[in-house]
Amino acid sequence: MLEVKIYITLKKTVADPQGLTIKHALESLGYHNLGEVRIGKLISMKVNSRDRKEVGQRIEEMCQKLLANPIIEDYTFQIEEVK
Amino acid sequence: MRFGVVVFPGSNCDQDCFYVVNDVLKQPVRYIWHKDTKLDNFDCIILPGGFSYGDYLRTGAIARFSPIMNSIIDFAQKGGIVIGICNGFQILLESGLLPGAMLRNTTLHFICKYVYIKTENTKTPFTNLCKKNQILKIPIAHNEGNYYTDEAGLKNLDKNRQIAFHYCSADGEVNKEHNPNGALANIAGIINKQGNVLGMMPHPERSSEKELGSEDGLLIFKSIIKWIGNKS
Amino acid sequence: MVKQEVYRSLGLKDEEYQKILEILKRKPSPTELAMFSVEWSEHCGYLRSRKWLRLLPKTGKYKTLIGEDSGGIIIDDLAIIFKMESHNHPSQVEPKQGAATGVGGIIRDIFTAGARPIALLDSLRFGPLSQAYNKYLFTGVIDGIQFYGNCVGVPTVGGEIYFDESYTGNCLVNAMCIGIAKKDKLVRARANGLGNPIMYVGSSTGRDGIGGCSILASHEFKEGEEKRPTVQIGDPFTEKCLIEATLEAINTRYVVGIKDMGAAGLTCCTSEMASAGNSGMDIELQAVPRREENMQPWELMMSESQERMLICVKKGKEEQIKKIFLKWDLNASIIGEVTNDGLVTIRDDGKIVAQIKAHSLTQAPIYDMPYRKPRYLRELNKLELSKIPEPKDYNKVLLKLLKAPSITNKAWGYEQYDHMVQTNTIVLPGSDAAVLRLKGTSRAIAATTDCNSRYCFLNPYRGAQIAVAEAARNLVCSGAHPAAVTDCLNFGNPEKPESFWQFKNCVEGIADACRSFNIAVVSGNVSFYNESPKSAINPTPTIGMIGIINDINKACAQNFQQEDDAIILLGYCRQDLGASEYLKEIHNIMKGNVPQLDLRLEQAIQKAAIKAIERGLVNSAHDCSEGGLAVALTESCVSNKYNMIGANVNNLNYDMRADALLFGESQSRIILSCSKDSVEKIRKIALEFKAPFRVIGKTGGRVLRILEAKEELIYLPLEDLFEEWSGSLNKELEG
Repeated sequence: MLEVKIYITLKKTVADPQGLTIKHALESLGYHNLGEVRIGKLISMKVNSRDRKEVGQRIEEMCQKLLANPIIEDYTFQIEEVK
Repeated sequence: MRFGVVVFPGSNCDQDCFYVVNDVLKQPVRYIWHKDTKLDNFDCIILPGGFSYGDYLRTGAIARFSPIMNSIIDFAQKGGIVIGICNGFQILLESGLLPGAMLRNTTLHFICKYVYIKTENTKTPFTNLCKKNQILKIPIAHNEGNYYTDEAGLKNLDKNRQIAFHYCSADGEVNKEHNPNGALANIAGIINKQGNVLGMMPHPERSSEKELGSEDGLLIFKSIIKWIGNKS
Repeated sequence: MVKQEVYRSLGLKDEEYQKILEILKRKPSPTELAMFSVEWSEHCGYLRSRKWLRLLPKTGKYKTLIGEDSGGIIIDDLAIIFKMESHNHPSQVEPKQGAATGVGGIIRDIFTAGARPIALLDSLRFGPLSQAYNKYLFTGVIDGIQFYGNCVGVPTVGGEIYFDESYTGNCLVNAMCIGIAKKDKLVRARANGLGNPIMYVGSSTGRDGIGGCSILASHEFKEGEEKRPTVQIGDPFTEKCLIEATLEAINTRYVVGIKDMGAAGLTCCTSEMASAGNSGMDIELQAVPRREENMQPWELMMSESQERMLICVKKGKEEQIKKIFLKWDLNASIIGEVTNDGLVTIRDDGKIVAQIKAHSLTQAPIYDMPYRKPRYLRELNKLELSKIPEPKDYNKVLLKLLKAPSITNKAWGYEQYDHMVQTNTIVLPGSDAAVLRLKGTSRAIAATTDCNSRYCFLNPYRGAQIAVAEAARNLVCSGAHPAAVTDCLNFGNPEKPESFWQFKNCVEGIADACRSFNIAVVSGNVSFYNESPKSAINPTPTIGMIGIINDINKACAQNFQQEDDAIILLGYCRQDLGASEYLKEIHNIMKGNVPQLDLRLEQAIQKAAIKAIERGLVNSAHDCSEGGLAVALTESCVSNKYNMIGANVNNLNYDMRADALLFGESQSRIILSCSKDSVEKIRKIALEFKAPFRVIGKTGGRVLRILEAKEELIYLPLEDLFEEWSGSLNKELEG
């Protein structure tokens, strides 16, 4: 069994008002010297297979087809053995 | 003149659109279930507002894979008239029938209120009964109405006269103060290059009767009826 | 015997446990103990309130329907079903999901009766926004309501938002839902017919909210208690699908009975449906769809997972009903059948784990609680006017009052709600009542929620009466005839005699007022134990009322429509400073006598107003409430920002303190505006009903000006009034 973690984030060129609001909230709680804050999504998935390469290809397809919107989002993912 | 209103799980405004076409305009209209794989003889397809699939993952992202969408894409490519309202617009964007994408409102809140939009292109199936630059009072109700495309995309929209409506003031001034959601260039609605597919965030079906506060939305439905009437 | 700690930890008292032993004539199994603990909790069993709720009238001028979980009235061939419910304790713990699941729950009570939900209203109360946690609760609750209501496609069209110190530590979230159906399409929440299958539909069962209702709502919040795990998560998308599937299923006429799994989940559904149908049920828990592993029978019976219902289906028609739910991608499993032994039999893989007489579960003991008038009230009801200095600048006072959180404009909240979906909303949020058209008829419904809890604290009986009178008055101002009531009674710990005295007096006040108006209380809810270590909440008997507008073209709103209209006051102004918002906001005093309420006078002005409106003589109608005459006039001037119109009010000749005249909260007053040639006609109507009538000024200009005996008390430009009234909440929350 493999576990996949997919991270979906807004493209750098797209404004992220949610991230900005979070940054201001943190600053008002006393956390300073913060750089840019951006918010994204984590999708975790278990796949019944041991073929990392094949699973990797499948995940790429899923991301391009459904999980991410290529106009406004980027994606990366990690694959690990489920212990 | 036959209208079809698509119903996805989570659509909320399908009955409202049906009511305007059937009861107010007295035109034939039928519901289309999202799992249908074929379209009957329709002149105009309406993708209504709501929260298809709860807006899960991204608004419109899952609905765009519903079985009926293949037929709708086909219908649109052959020149059929398609209007996507609010969530319908979002589904058209996700399916690629319209360019660009929708982001969350910059205010980070859902917003429901009457706004004014300016008609930019009156030579479309959807706006031919509007006067040039006519200002329409139509309400919005959405979480994700912040239209986005890149620089090249915006240039194309301008070049091909694809921007149908801009958010504006009651006097027609298009500026930041009268942009309710942060949409790029105050864009409230666009058409495809061919001119037969419209996506708009405001809800014309909510402003098609005087007692609801405005009849301006009716112009859009009437324009469609006139356009199709002329063609046949 | 079951150990005392075990049943006490479930919320059962020693005497209650003894009763269970008497009923079963043996030791209860763990599952049986769990079932009794939730069905007999205050929230589900109404042990301490039932005796007094019997006072509330169940009949009135309109034909009433009283069902198991909701009620309503009949107009022509339509049934209007409505109910208000509380979700206070969960919202205090997790405001977004607490409010969301509150909305979900009340909607289910409506569509399981066979009615399509057409509107939501919510009555919300919080501690002052100056405290960070209250701000968090407020924004969280609004977020929860918009999250659920918008997605599920039911417009949130009205309600109220109040702030008071007594709600710090215990906020109130009361959600009301209205639905309509053709009267012959309604369904009851009962199980009948030997052998009829029992079908479970909706989401899978998890460990959500286990013990929520019995533990959360039946006890006060103790300092630092971690209650978060017992709050459920709402899924409005599933609920939307459930609405469509359920209404489709009911349309087949193969649904014998249906009930929402709300508080106490499966336990409540099985026992109450069987009891209501005078039948029994045999349930196999292995057939219950679950989303967690190793769930024990008692967990399955107590779970409060959302968006689930139980249906009693006509035998032989299971597949047809199942098909409808599967079309909407919803679970639909047969989990049992109706029996005729009057028992609720629960099996786990065939083995019986619980078997109790349905009536024993649903007929929780009735407690006769002691009550005693609080001694502090006598002092609090005294008010020495001579000790209250009259302000020098009334303009400043009015501007300050307009900023007061309980008076100020609430658009920050309601603009986050979709209040237009379903295209029935004729009068949008912000007026005295919401107005919804009834498509296919010439009629409309008006709806409002009302309660001034400060009045109820200072005089529970009169305060509750005023809540009813004010709700009716608000409806009348929209052109509606008050028709029926749903009540959501929020109080402190009923085991404290002074709290219970408040409850008893409020119920009596509601009963007497409703009888006087000849309207029924068709549904409702009681929420006790609204207390934190700091204090109990003010007694808050929230009244939800609907009214009928016979001609939709005569619906009325609160804002002035045009220049040069006459402004008419129906009613009297008295020196009623006691218990007023003015006294609290400006002088920091919460004392005095609650303004008098003369029900005959109230009815006189309401009847006069409604007749004038129905004759088409009235351009706007607005009642006087918090902030008194000056605030009511301001709201009529500026509440429509696209058409703000000033007023010159110069015919007020009353011999009283100016602040009492401007800001006192005398009851039974309505401000009308009309064109000049309608004045005499309205005067005649007022005379007919013996309603006090006075032309106090006229509309026009860009200023609100109020004079008394030639002294100018108020002179403020509309822009200044609008800015204070409309911008304050935004500034407070986002500034």
